[in-house]
Amino acid sequence: MNTPTAKNEWPLWEVFVRPKAGLEHKHCGSLHAPDAKMALQMAREVYARRQEGTSIWVLPSSQITASDPGDKDMYFDPMEDKVYRHPTFYELPQAVDHM
Amino acid sequence: MYTQAMDVGPKEERKALRSAEEAQLEQRFDERIDAGGLIEAKDWMPDHYRKTLVRQISQHAHSEIVGMLPEGNWVTRAPTLKRKTILLAKIQDEAGHGLYLYSAAETLGVSRDELLAALHSGKAKYSSIFNYPTLTWADVGVIGWLVDGAAIMNQVPLTRCSYAPYARAMVRICREESFHQRQGFDALNVMMREGTPAQRDMVQDAVNRWWWPSLMMFGPPDAESVHGTQSTRWGIKRISNDDLRQKFIDATAQQADVLGVSLPDPLLKWNEARGHYDFGPIDWAEFWRVVGGHGACNQERLAARVKAWDDGAWVREAALAHARKQHTKEQAA
Repeated sequence: MNTPTAKNEWPLWEVFVRPKAGLEHKHCGSLHAPDAKMALQMAREVYARRQEGTSIWVLPSSQITASDPGDKDMYFDPMEDKVYRHPTFYELPQAVDHM
Repeated sequence: MYTQAMDVGPKEERKALRSAEEAQLEQRFDERIDAGGLIEAKDWMPDHYRKTLVRQISQHAHSEIVGMLPEGNWVTRAPTLKRKTILLAKIQDEAGHGLYLYSAAETLGVSRDELLAALHSGKAKYSSIFNYPTLTWADVGVIGWLVDGAAIMNQVPLTRCSYAPYARAMVRICREESFHQRQGFDALNVMMREGTPAQRDMVQDAVNRWWWPSLMMFGPPDAESVHGTQSTRWGIKRISNDDLRQKFIDATAQQADVLGVSLPDPLLKWNEARGHYDFGPIDWAEFWRVVGGHGACNQERLAARVKAWDDGAWVREAALAHARKQHTKEQAA
């Protein structure tokens, strides 16, 4: 739960919208709101004025834990030499290559 | 809508680099920009890049917010219910654009309250186009056609800006801006086709008043642009002021013919050799006068924003007090 801060500024929320049924929610921006209910209402006004979505999530920005961009190489680059994780790594006989 | 004033700000001297480490970081940053890479909020960036973006994005946000005022002037007097609902939707979009942009600016580590305080104290600029009055209903149409048209020219290259949160906000804005321009042209077109002679004169008068200020939206000539070179180096600005201005004039001159209005420039003429329209000199003294606070509506616009902020204070406080109370209740339960 988001703790309203001592500051006078309304807390920041991240907004996620599901563009249409069957798709995942996607981050689309942020906004300030006093509480979750208002954040949801405002998200609709700010980010879904033209039927951009069928569902909205809001969550307090302070609750997000993110990877450090400084660690990007350490985190993601080792995967580059793990080519065997991709289907294209395997050369199969022509007869079954549509597998 | 949008700002030209992004190119207008105090001249900041770049600080000498403090350390070898910082020099290395900056070199890596420059390489990334050169390779067409995008910068995200948490990435390392030179202090000056951050400052430039905060200034530009916040000026842009302020322009969207202040830009609601000239149009708001006509909500209660729109000629039909259809035009009124269109105008309301457009104004709501401007508010939305302001909010996307404030959020983008905040990713750079500045708070919303700080940004608004800078606007309200007069320290931050917004586009000087909004310091002109909207005298007739035709002004609303012309703002859509010319002012939003100029804004689109300016904003489309910003969707490729090196700072990704800004670029993403711009994608969203550009998608919505097209409606603004088209509804403006449509409103004018109806008056020109089906209107009385007086209505047609009204359209021409509005075009006469807004044409030159619209050209000024692209900012000072390249030779005088304070921030142009560095912004181009950093991939913030992709096309120069003068090039964008020319592009706008070329597109608009033809649209004016379709509409059946003349543009108030006796020197405006197609130049076959250049493949562009030639146009007359722009009164930059007027531009600087308006930027400097001496336009017709500078004081009125700012006063309206400050009043809205002050009058809304109790609502912001009450909502926050309610949220805190609910939170305490939930904790206790």
